[in-house]
Amino acid sequence: MSENVQAHIKLYKKIGGALMVLTVVTVLASFIPLGVALGVVLALIIATVKGSLVATYFMHLIDERKSIHWVLLLTVFFFIVLIFIPILGYLDHTGKSMTVPNANAPVAEETTH
Amino acid sequence: MEIPYIVKERADTGLTNVKLGIWLFLASEVMLFGALFSSYVLLRLMATDWPEGSAVLNVPMGTFNTVVLITSSVTMVMAYASLKMDNLSGFKKYMAATIGLSLLFMVVKGFEYSHEFDIGNFPATSTYLAIYFTMTGLHALHIIGGVVVNTYFLFPGSKMWVTNKQQFINRIEAAGLYWHFVDLVWIFLFPLLYLT
Repeated sequence: MSENVQAHIKLYKKIGGALMVLTVVTVLASFIPLGVALGVVLALIIATVKGSLVATYFMHLIDERKSIHWVLLLTVFFFIVLIFIPILGYLDHTGKSMTVPNANAPVAEETTH
Repeated sequence: MEIPYIVKERADTGLTNVKLGIWLFLASEVMLFGALFSSYVLLRLMATDWPEGSAVLNVPMGTFNTVVLITSSVTMVMAYASLKMDNLSGFKKYMAATIGLSLLFMVVKGFEYSHEFDIGNFPATSTYLAIYFTMTGLHALHIIGGVVVNTYFLFPGSKMWVTNKQQFINRIEAAGLYWHFVDLVWIFLFPLLYLT
């Protein structure tokens, strides 16, 4: 068991090192003139890689029981719903005049009936 | 009454109640911070004016704090690994380092906050600052909570090492899971608030 733990310790140090490198990468990436939207996407991609390393190795999800994975899957689902609620609000065009994509389409269906 | 399955795993879940409990708590924490991240998205998309974080905040200080917090996560997992190797003094050394790093994080954050207040940047100043102070403030409260729990385990709580070794290891694992979660939240807060 102690040898197994020794192997884990080596891994923890490597993950710690990788997280430090990725922190530097995050800061350097912010200097790339990508514009706001792409800049945020790139920052989130790097943050997701870092977060996954923390969850997988430091939080031992790599060898965790299935029941924990199910709990987290449910959490991820609801988290995504939560994040998309404001985006749906943003896409909501209530009160604005808009052109329906097929507004000029021939009324074929009605004539064929 | 004694709480069941704190050392022995339940047959149906394959988990101790400690493990299941802390993960359910962390799931609720994801929703708490998730609501704030969601608010951040909404506020930012709707804002007519949103400053670049690096123009308002001190990026070197934020980067330093990120390194401090990641290091504290490494020392926390080392504290747990020390217990697994039956090494209580190693645990105490790493746990003390974790607490020290947490306090260092808070000191740096305190300098950042006081600088913002000095130059007249308050939560009411702008939408960006409102969400910045709300998110980093809630995160800082989590750091304080972690420091309190970890300090308990370093001093009075460590007596359990003699009376019930496995239960103590399980407690440190749960405290560690919480601590890594706090680190994980910061990993997302830092680029969103400071860099983009």
